[in-house]
Amino acid sequence: MEKAYADVPAEEKTRLYREVVQDARFDTYLYGCYECGICVAACPSARFYDFSPRKIAQALAREDVDLVYEQMNDDVWNCSQCFSCLRCPRGNNPGGLITIMREVAVNNGLRTTKEALAGYTRIIYKIMTTGTQVSPDMLQEDAFPDWGPQVKDVADHLAVWRRALPPETMHTTALSWDVEERTMRELYAIWKWTGTLDMIAQLDEGLHDIMEEIMDDALEDSGIDAAVSD
Amino acid sequence: MATSTTKTTDRTVPVRGTSVETTKTFRPDPGEAPEEDLREAVLQLEREGEWIVQRVPEPYYEAPTKYGRMKKIPYERTWHHKSCGQCGHIPGYSTSIFWLNRVLGYDYFDPRDQTSCTAWNYYASATSNQAAQAAVAMRNFAAAYETGYFPLIHCGTSFGHYKEVRHELVHDHALRRQVRGIIERLGRPFVIPEEIVHYSEWMYAVRDQLQERVVHDLSPIVSTVHPACHYYKLQSGDAIYDPEIYGGQRTAVVTGVVQALGAQVADYSTWYDCCGFGFRHILVQRDFTRSFATLRKIEVMKEEANPDVVLTHDTGCVTSLDKSQFAAQAHGRNVGVPVMSESQFAALAMGAHPFRVTQLHWHSTDYRPLLAKMGIDAEQAWAEFQEDVKKIEAGTMDYLTWESVL
Ligand code: SF4
Ligand code: SF4
Repeated sequence: MEKAYADVPAEEKTRLYREVVQDARFDTYLYGCYECGICVAACPSARFYDFSPRKIAQALAREDVDLVYEQMNDDVWNCSQCFSCLRCPRGNNPGGLITIMREVAVNNGLRTTKEALAGYTRIIYKIMTTGTQVSPDMLQEDAFPDWGPQVKDVADHLAVWRRALPPETMHTTALSWDVEERTMRELYAIWKWTGTLDMIAQLDEGLHDIMEEIMDDALEDSGIDAAVSD
Repeated sequence: MATSTTKTTDRTVPVRGTSVETTKTFRPDPGEAPEEDLREAVLQLEREGEWIVQRVPEPYYEAPTKYGRMKKIPYERTWHHKSCGQCGHIPGYSTSIFWLNRVLGYDYFDPRDQTSCTAWNYYASATSNQAAQAAVAMRNFAAAYETGYFPLIHCGTSFGHYKEVRHELVHDHALRRQVRGIIERLGRPFVIPEEIVHYSEWMYAVRDQLQERVVHDLSPIVSTVHPACHYYKLQSGDAIYDPEIYGGQRTAVVTGVVQALGAQVADYSTWYDCCGFGFRHILVQRDFTRSFATLRKIEVMKEEANPDVVLTHDTGCVTSLDKSQFAAQAHGRNVGVPVMSESQFAALAMGAHPFRVTQLHWHSTDYRPLLAKMGIDAEQAWAEFQEDVKKIEAGTMDYLTWESVL
């Protein structure tokens, strides 16, 4: 059988592999692997997908650059990030290794990553521009048809049901709670200074440009000098 | 041995409680803990001038954790780090936490100067990085410190993630310097709390006070507890374990509270499994979430314990376990158990209004049989809530206020 991604140059695979193992978290996430499979027994995703945290740990421990590249493309998005695999007797954190592999995949704009995150841009937009994520107005029938008629009920009565909540901060519909403007601007500065906004450019240039404009406009009159200088 | 039985419609199912089937008592020795006590390193870094440590306000409760170390849990002057999923989709969750604070007469602060932990960006889409996540956490901690109130974290994921962040900041000088630079550039103090505290730990700390205020007989109620992965699997040494509950072999939060309230907690074999939330799965790959939540959790609970209610202490767990049941029910599967947080359950037990306070109309699976069994008239309560809604629509009432629900 021909190896997956045989057309990708070895140097490219090695470059991405190095990005993973050079991450500051890597050394405390992998100590080797007994290949015992305890992580697989605890793993929810392994029950429903052709997926194994053992193989992730094993491939990295054996420095199998080809397999790591394949996993970075085809496996990592199956993980639920539940961290049940932290029961590993070797002290590994396979879920954490996957977090790192995903970040490297996003940073390098891998095609499979773009596919895995298709339909996800609205969520990224929401959290990065508002500071809250799953807002009340996301509960729409067409987005959650399998959740039954109760979702439509919420959507139909949203504005008034939000006002029928005693906490003063929660009368919002587009945000989960009322976030101060200064708070949002500080969040924008954090996205810019830490390179997070740049990560989005790899994933979706259009989304990046829209968010950059919103953030720059807000930061302009905020008194925060948001120039990326650090 | 706490074994009783519960009558189901067609058979009697044994309810194994929360006592383990052994005579051995496990009392952990902090001196033998396999992990460092990170809190000591946090204080050491304060002595070295690296950051300010915000102390837990007195008086506080001391709760035992996994390796026998004690953790300080504040009773009041808490700064409520809200959860986007709770406030957004299950708002009775957060409302109940606030309501309980008010009923107990505790001073708390519900901030607007708070962002979510943004761990969705980190765990779901990986569109973030260590520095951003740590800066978001430290910005929120600074905001809490400036008010003089102590962070109490509503979401299990925020709690687990902030503990990971604390671990990274303690061990990685370069990261700490970078994040400190960001926080100072924002004009904020660089502060870390002495303890990172989840609201369910606060619930555990005040369980006796909650018990004193219970107004419904919960003895016929059988519950199952789903412990949230991000509460006790991430940085696990910091979670509350009590030798009296599950023999100290599982976290005692939620279960300790539910038992104090007078309800039964029944065991089931897949307690360690996650809820199937998966972050990106719940939004864009929900076939997995639905299957896992129903086949590995709800159906197993039904088969082994036949509970009246599933109780948990995290945003994603309530959402996946509750919402996933609709589709499974359509296929005639053995599901149909209401799901809520222990804060909502405690509020109901203490006489909170099921719609004005616990806001059960945001939940999907039928909760009316549970309310009936608790002695709560759901129909009358719904009619009262509809009156509120009419007043808001007519403009004669702006909002539902705390005064009307206390
Ligand atoms: S549990 Fe740990 S040691 Fe065992 S297979 Fe998984 S990663 Fe390897
Ligand atoms: S974090 Fe990922 S790999 Fe680990 S148990 Fe959960 S789903 Fe499996």
